[in-house]
Amino acid sequence: MKKPVFKQIDGNTTNYWMLLALLGSFVLAAVGSHFYMEHGGHYVTGMNNQIVWGLPHVFAVFLIVAASGALNIASISSVFGKTAYKPLAPLSTLVALALLAGGLMVLVLDLGRPDRLIVAMTIYNFKSIFAWNMILYNGFFLIVGIYMWTMLQRNMNQYSKVAGFSAFIWRLALTTGTGSIFGFLVARQAYDAAIMAPMFVVMSFSFGLAIFLLIVIASYKWTNRPLGDAMFKRLKNLLGVFVAGVLYFVIAQHLTNLYATEHHGVEAFILRDGGIYTQLFWYGQIIIGSLIPLAIIYHPATANSRSAISIASIFVVLGGLAQMYVIIIGGQAYPLELFPGKEVSSSFFDGMVNSYSPTLAEALLGLGGIAVSLLMVAFAVKVLRFLPESLADEAVDPHHSK
Amino acid sequence: MSNSDNHTNNYRRKFLAQSAAVAGLAITPGIVLNQVAHAKADADKATSANRWGILIDTNKCNKGCTDCVTACKTENGWGSVDGQPSSEIHSNKEQQAQWIRKVTITDKQTGHVQSLPLMCQHCETAPCVDVCPTGASMKREDGIVQVDKHICIGCRYCMMACPYKARSFIHEKLELQKATEPRGIGTVESCDMCSHRVDKDQNPACVDACNKAEHGAMIFGDLKDANSAISQELKKHGGEQIRADLGLNTGVRYQGL
Repeated sequence: MKKPVFKQIDGNTTNYWMLLALLGSFVLAAVGSHFYMEHGGHYVTGMNNQIVWGLPHVFAVFLIVAASGALNIASISSVFGKTAYKPLAPLSTLVALALLAGGLMVLVLDLGRPDRLIVAMTIYNFKSIFAWNMILYNGFFLIVGIYMWTMLQRNMNQYSKVAGFSAFIWRLALTTGTGSIFGFLVARQAYDAAIMAPMFVVMSFSFGLAIFLLIVIASYKWTNRPLGDAMFKRLKNLLGVFVAGVLYFVIAQHLTNLYATEHHGVEAFILRDGGIYTQLFWYGQIIIGSLIPLAIIYHPATANSRSAISIASIFVVLGGLAQMYVIIIGGQAYPLELFPGKEVSSSFFDGMVNSYSPTLAEALLGLGGIAVSLLMVAFAVKVLRFLPESLADEAVDPHHSK
Repeated sequence: MSNSDNHTNNYRRKFLAQSAAVAGLAITPGIVLNQVAHAKADADKATSANRWGILIDTNKCNKGCTDCVTACKTENGWGSVDGQPSSEIHSNKEQQAQWIRKVTITDKQTGHVQSLPLMCQHCETAPCVDVCPTGASMKREDGIVQVDKHICIGCRYCMMACPYKARSFIHEKLELQKATEPRGIGTVESCDMCSHRVDKDQNPACVDACNKAEHGAMIFGDLKDANSAISQELKKHGGEQIRADLGLNTGVRYQGL
């Protein structure tokens, strides 16, 4: 295997600037949405005192989870010594940092008082998993940033294994923390489960790799650089394993709940009676997000097609967003169980399925998070040497023979 | 000493004096504000020697009566009273704050109907306090749970964590607020057991309203004082917690559930 040669992309093409302009316009729209929401208050959103976390949280949590997953490729190369992945390790750290930045932007801009971010950064309640997450997010930037540096600067290369190992441990902690935001909510029927933490870790593997795969396929196609079957197959097979892994955790979670009578109500809501949430679960998360991608990835007719795998990756992303919607908003829509065995009613919508209609402003803020992430990646690969000139088979596969 | 030296010394003296005056002026407001911020006249009364609680007898609670809710609105400035517009004019009904509400519960098997007021239950181990990243959601020494609106960042995690849906987020700018209960856009709020009244040895507004209506369904008092009316009543007839399974040791208890 030859030593990979990294090179900036040319980028002086109309298409490149068009891409930056498109992403930039989404970022501007998100900033505009933020000012619109902050100017008079959150009353312009679909959120209310029942559904307190809305569409921006769906995007934010999705991106944060995907961020740590995007680091997989680097981890596999540094921690597990799979040298074939080494050429993509720097890009993997870049995508991870960009996705986290995009997700955090959405999260912060949706706060009731984003101007008080400094308070959240300086005053910590250490019993709060949310406070721990802030430390985990900041630490992720630092550790993955150092890891990236050890890979980009030649005389630092010797430290990249240690840095990569630290980043791997940290990313597991980060996704465990994100899952625990929900797992630790004792009061709500849809959450309060230890499985949330490992499930979020596997979700991160899947969503992060799907986005990473799309970025690799697109950037190699658009820059006319060779992407051989060896790397392509490794990545898409890995995606298949992760998608199946998420499906396994989802099945385990629902089977456990279906066994316990106290959870029958919320299970019936998500799986059968929940309207939009039920549809998003079956059509979005299960069929589009899991079964179709698995079929595409493993069916001989589609398994080797770049465009088919791109569609599978897009479906994994859409299914992931659907899954987040079902978890975050579906979980809040189901009423709190205050008086088991009794019908409840009040002026504050007790005992009712809570309604939520996302507004355009919330959607634009969320999409802006994705745009920020992609913009950062597109810019960084032009100014720094992240992308190997070639991912052709002979460049990546030590056992490749013509 | 030459004239020019004298001149320089005078200049230096003047400069130092003026600098000191400017520095003094600059820090004085800070010192004064600091003293104001740390002045805790009434709040100093909050000590762990007390634990305030409310006992609600659902059998005495009148089904059609909402006097406790009206009293809370009037005292704390939320919602609309007597057809007057709410302070939250832009927010829809699902977005408007409710610190206390009357809940009607019907037993699915027997059809037995009960009515009771529901508000912050002032848990000893409050989930909202545990999850708050900045410590804005806090419990006073005397067991009253409230929000420090100066450091609330509006993340709403406390609302996700509260088993009783006792909290509200303010979705718009507010005017005409009560001096005793400042409220703010983008922050979370809830019943604080009328801490400003409790600090003056008064009952919470809801309890007084219930007594005034001669229903006597609510008893306020110190759960740590064995001789208080609430402790005596709890000892005699007991009292239940809503979602007792969560083990939160609530300060608000119910009879007749």
